[in-house]
Amino acid sequence: MNDGTQTDLRHTPLHDVHRELGARLVPFAGYEMPVQYTSIIEEHRTVRSAVGLFDLSHMGELGVSGDSAVEYLRHALVTDPGTLEIGQAQYSMVCDVDGGIIDDLIAYRLADEEFLVVCNASNRTAVIEQLSRLLAEGDFSASLDDRSDRTGLVAPQGPNAAALIGELTDLDLDSIGNYRSAEGSVAGIDCLVARTGYTGEDGFELFCDASRAQDLWEALAAAGDRHGARPCGLGARDTLRLEAGMPLYGNELGRDTNPFEVNLGRVVKLEKGDFVGRAALQAVKESGPARKLIGLQMVDNAIPRFGYEVRARGAAVGRVTSGTLSPTLGTKIAMALVPADTAGLGNLFEVVVRDRPYRAEQVQLPFYKRPRD
Amino acid sequence: MSYPDDLRYSKEHEWVRVEGSRATIGITSFAADELGDVVFVELPEVGATLSQFGTFGVVESVKAVSDLYAPISGEVIEVNEALRDAPELLNADAFGEGWIAKVELTDTAQLDGLMDAAAYTVETA
Repeated sequence: MNDGTQTDLRHTPLHDVHRELGARLVPFAGYEMPVQYTSIIEEHRTVRSAVGLFDLSHMGELGVSGDSAVEYLRHALVTDPGTLEIGQAQYSMVCDVDGGIIDDLIAYRLADEEFLVVCNASNRTAVIEQLSRLLAEGDFSASLDDRSDRTGLVAPQGPNAAALIGELTDLDLDSIGNYRSAEGSVAGIDCLVARTGYTGEDGFELFCDASRAQDLWEALAAAGDRHGARPCGLGARDTLRLEAGMPLYGNELGRDTNPFEVNLGRVVKLEKGDFVGRAALQAVKESGPARKLIGLQMVDNAIPRFGYEVRARGAAVGRVTSGTLSPTLGTKIAMALVPADTAGLGNLFEVVVRDRPYRAEQVQLPFYKRPRD
Repeated sequence: MSYPDDLRYSKEHEWVRVEGSRATIGITSFAADELGDVVFVELPEVGATLSQFGTFGVVESVKAVSDLYAPISGEVIEVNEALRDAPELLNADAFGEGWIAKVELTDTAQLDGLMDAAAYTVETA
């Protein structure tokens, strides 16, 4: 058995907390991370109905600053960070020259000439390599600072997240809209408080110094009792994001996929001027993507999973990129990459599970949308 | 963790309860805990022939797909239909309502190769 003591894996600042909570720890992106504490389904439901606490300290945090930070990021990302107000954030991607996705990320504008780029832990090295190379090749007055190891990240996610954090801060959380951030103190700890997440619910991501992450977690957990809070692992994070139709790098996204195939063409700002991958992405937009990421709901009784073959009229056409039993909906759902000309709402596909085809219907993404007041 | 004394256990974490020439089989609470939330069980068909330590079905948790290994040889005479709609019975009551199948035994001598509760407790310690 894996007793979670592998020494080659890195630990987040909250590792001791996870062990004390009895989390099941698994290797993830080079870290030993909690996949669940008690039950993935219960943790999932907690985020939909109350508030879950996630340790995301494994993620990459890169500071970009300097006179031409905007020009530099405009060149490296597919979006235009120059359009951001201070305190605003945007979902973005780093693409290669051929339009393939190196990583998806969130860029936060902290000041006129300072940005925080938050990337996937699994792609931190690749993103740093790409950004460093572009910085060295170009004529930019900017600097890149990998703050990942110095940064703790705790994410309260769910409808009660604002009420929970509100007890611990003087910040006016109502004034921090979706994809906005503000600096302030939470439980006496200096944080960047961002209203972002990866669960399909309202929620926050609290960035702090790594040395304070445990204090921050414990303060949130203590105050969280009154708000139905519980710790949540990466297992629930995966089912939550899948219900919300959010892509995961390594599943829906990769070097061999481009943003237009995965319904993220709107993210790419071709009109902003030249940037890495622009010509290739322009060509994809003009011709239309060859493949399309679709949502499937199983008609027959089988659970679709990553890598399973997808058939249309008996012929193999693609693969499931993510699939699960949806804890919220009770249905069996999947995302799949298929030839664009086979896609259409209501179309019937088959997913091959243990050598047998099971029917699935294409449905609208996302599978789940949170109720908004 | 303690396990019922009247059962025999396999290294693959299945249990057998013998009643005359018949036996009920299932997975242990240890296995169910390791799997996490069980969300799907693929049951054998009534009439199917099981061979000891061969696969006879599939159990799926939120994250993983695992084969079921027959702890004993025999012919399936009944399956737990309740698991089709309530696979979580495996987590809630692995040794009771979460039973998987009943079989007509073909070789009761096979039971000697299985563990008793004390041995299984050591096995899973």
